[in-house]
Amino acid sequence: MSTTRTIPDRLQSPLQRNLKSWETLLLLVAVGIFILNSFASPYFLDPWNLSDATFNFTEKAMIAFAMALLIISGEIDLSVASIIALASTAMGFAVQMGFGTPALVMVGLGVGLVCGAFNGVLVTRFGLPSIVVTIGTMSLFRGISYIVLGDQAFRGYPIDFAFFGQGYVWWIISFELALFGVLAVIFGVLLHKTNFGRAVYAIGNNPVAAAFSGIRVARVKFILFLLTGLMSGVAAICLTSRLGSTRPSIAMGWELEIVTMVVLGGVSILGGAGTIPGVVLAAFIMGLVTFGLGLLNVPGIVMSIVIGALLISVIALPRLWEKWKTR
Amino acid sequence: MQAVAPPTAPEGARTDPILALDGVTKIFPGVKALSDVALRLYPGQVTALVGENGAGKSTVVKILTGIYQPDGGQILLDGQPVSFATAQDAASAGVTAIHQETVLFDDLSVAENIYLGHAPRTRLGLIDTRAMIAKAAKILASIGAHMDPTVRLRDLGIANKHLVAIARALSVDARIVIMDEPTAALSHKEIQELYDLVEKLKAQGKAILFISHKFDEIFRIADRYTVFRDGQFIGDGLITDVTESDLVKMMVGRAVDQIFPDRQRLGGTEILRVVGYDHPTEFADINFTLHRGEILGFYGLVGAGRSELMQALFGITRPSKGVVRIDDKVRVIRSPAEAVAQGIVYVPEDRGKQGAITSLPIFQNITLPSLRRTSRNGFLRLAEEFRLARDYTSRLDLRAASLDTELGTLSGGNQQKVVIAKWLATRPKVIILDEPTKGIDIGSKAAVHEFMAELAAQGLAVIMVSSEIPEILGMSDRVVVMREGRIVDILDHDNLTPETLVRRAAGIEDGADQ
Repeated sequence: MSTTRTIPDRLQSPLQRNLKSWETLLLLVAVGIFILNSFASPYFLDPWNLSDATFNFTEKAMIAFAMALLIISGEIDLSVASIIALASTAMGFAVQMGFGTPALVMVGLGVGLVCGAFNGVLVTRFGLPSIVVTIGTMSLFRGISYIVLGDQAFRGYPIDFAFFGQGYVWWIISFELALFGVLAVIFGVLLHKTNFGRAVYAIGNNPVAAAFSGIRVARVKFILFLLTGLMSGVAAICLTSRLGSTRPSIAMGWELEIVTMVVLGGVSILGGAGTIPGVVLAAFIMGLVTFGLGLLNVPGIVMSIVIGALLISVIALPRLWEKWKTR
Repeated sequence: MQAVAPPTAPEGARTDPILALDGVTKIFPGVKALSDVALRLYPGQVTALVGENGAGKSTVVKILTGIYQPDGGQILLDGQPVSFATAQDAASAGVTAIHQETVLFDDLSVAENIYLGHAPRTRLGLIDTRAMIAKAAKILASIGAHMDPTVRLRDLGIANKHLVAIARALSVDARIVIMDEPTAALSHKEIQELYDLVEKLKAQGKAILFISHKFDEIFRIADRYTVFRDGQFIGDGLITDVTESDLVKMMVGRAVDQIFPDRQRLGGTEILRVVGYDHPTEFADINFTLHRGEILGFYGLVGAGRSELMQALFGITRPSKGVVRIDDKVRVIRSPAEAVAQGIVYVPEDRGKQGAITSLPIFQNITLPSLRRTSRNGFLRLAEEFRLARDYTSRLDLRAASLDTELGTLSGGNQQKVVIAKWLATRPKVIILDEPTKGIDIGSKAAVHEFMAELAAQGLAVIMVSSEIPEILGMSDRVVVMREGRIVDILDHDNLTPETLVRRAAGIEDGADQ
């Protein structure tokens, strides 16, 4: 059977497609806010100030990368901030036991992995909805921190432990910013360049057809919960190191900021679509807005209003635009 | 008012029909679902609508209940032309339908289920619970269902739920009751009760349209019959004037103008042997073999357990008992991934939900089960993916703008080609096709048939589940007939007639009326 008909691989080059993408819009928004900020405050363009500003988003963004994959696959993890609290508490406890920095790191990562595995088992083995499971573990994990710590705080972290949250690799590039960059590349490659990433998209678009195509859906989802737990552990190490202490209220409310970052980055909350570059840009945008408003001495409560309005408008505007165009 | 000339004289009909379809035509893109059909429903009589799958029965039900609008012809209610623009129009005209699977609400009471959407109101506009319960009790009593209307539906058995569905259908003061395979989910005793109910409805002067594949119940319950075939009216009349054989002949008719590829039978070696395969609910005692180069047809009525059997072979559901041998080695298949690894692949009937990921591009659909081959160390290689996709889509003569096009934008036939291409790219030993040409256009159908023949000629073993008799006869080397979860016969292609197939699948004894 020979046919002369050939179907072209693509109609648009990847470059053309990227130019019309959500990420382009986010980039324009980011540049706009950057310019606005530089006019609004004379302190904004100072390199050290800008460097400080990155701490607004680096820890959250680390989790947001893993969360993006999880949400693309059609699941969610709302317990991430509570995993930070539990991991940080465990590290504080380990300090009291006299452990050194390498052991502390292992404890932080280990608690993250165990918490992620716990969520993953409940969702993939018992078939419970992840939003319910992780609302439950959100209370559970932080509750354990409260029981262990009460109204106290763990302090006395070793001097060299401070490097993760306060150290600099080169000039204004902090360890956290460098780690953010490395993780962005790793997660970007994982999602966009590997078989695993393709399976994540397939599951998010149609889990039944993905299973019918021989993809081990439960296993992929379990790995994503593990990854999200692990990244929460990484963020816990950075945050605890930066603050130098652990309180049970650490990272309170971060889960929603992280989900906001992911959605702002163009990840569909229904699963199936989204990119890591989009999440990176969203992280920068949220960092810039918080920092700019901070320089203008805008109180925190107003900041959250601005972030909320930004999210809704960035999500809604393209749809309104589409509607208006087709009319 | 125009007089309706019936195709055959309505002998014995002392009254005029309540509802009639006259020259009704319904066209879907690429398919003429109904072509100039007639249907007449008389008060106090049961009319059985008979036809193979795809004859147009469900399209007629949807037109009668206002879900579809006819493209030609008219609906006459008491001799007056009417149009059912919405389901509400049909309901207020007194048409109600009891479907095979009725949507009911487990957490509402029986009375609430019966009156959901049209509950009696108090003067304040609130639901008059007391009146609702009283009226529900009355309807339930009228159909001989003895249950408390305040009980929650969840606490009822399946048969009682069915009675609630019937009560709901009757609660709208219907004159015309459509029963679409009402006995499919019922046990023997419940079916008897349903017959009693139908007698009661007849006595109340309601016109009943009864759709069924089961000949024994058609002859038990119906007063009249109407036969459709391929969307065309074939005949109607009094049930006492025909035999089962007459009806089967009318249903099957001559072979439809479809050309199937010529095939040479290979007689290859055995590749798959299924022994004593059992499932707690769906099928039992399944034994068959499959050979290289063979097309093995699976025929049966809807609900005979064919798809369930195939999904068990593919590792989606677990059988409770039985052995699968591939190349004479016992294999346990617990997931689709393991089935693919063993060389068994499955093209499901429900393309949109199970077969294709319509929101992903064509090439990604095709390479999904073959990524291990197109990638290197787990990293995607797009050039390899496009090469594989191009290779298989061109062999199936796919029509698409590009391989990067979203699959959902293609026609059903082209989507099916992509799903088949996806599985062939895994280089399987056995391919199971479940209703491979359902709902696709004639051109794509021919392409799929031709390709199936070519695959078999290359030595691939093909299992084809189909409810279309011409397809079964035109493509299969042997045909497995299933009824109620069991294999009733394995027939050789030679000397196989449509009549034999229909009789075996419906459970009609040979020579019962000859």
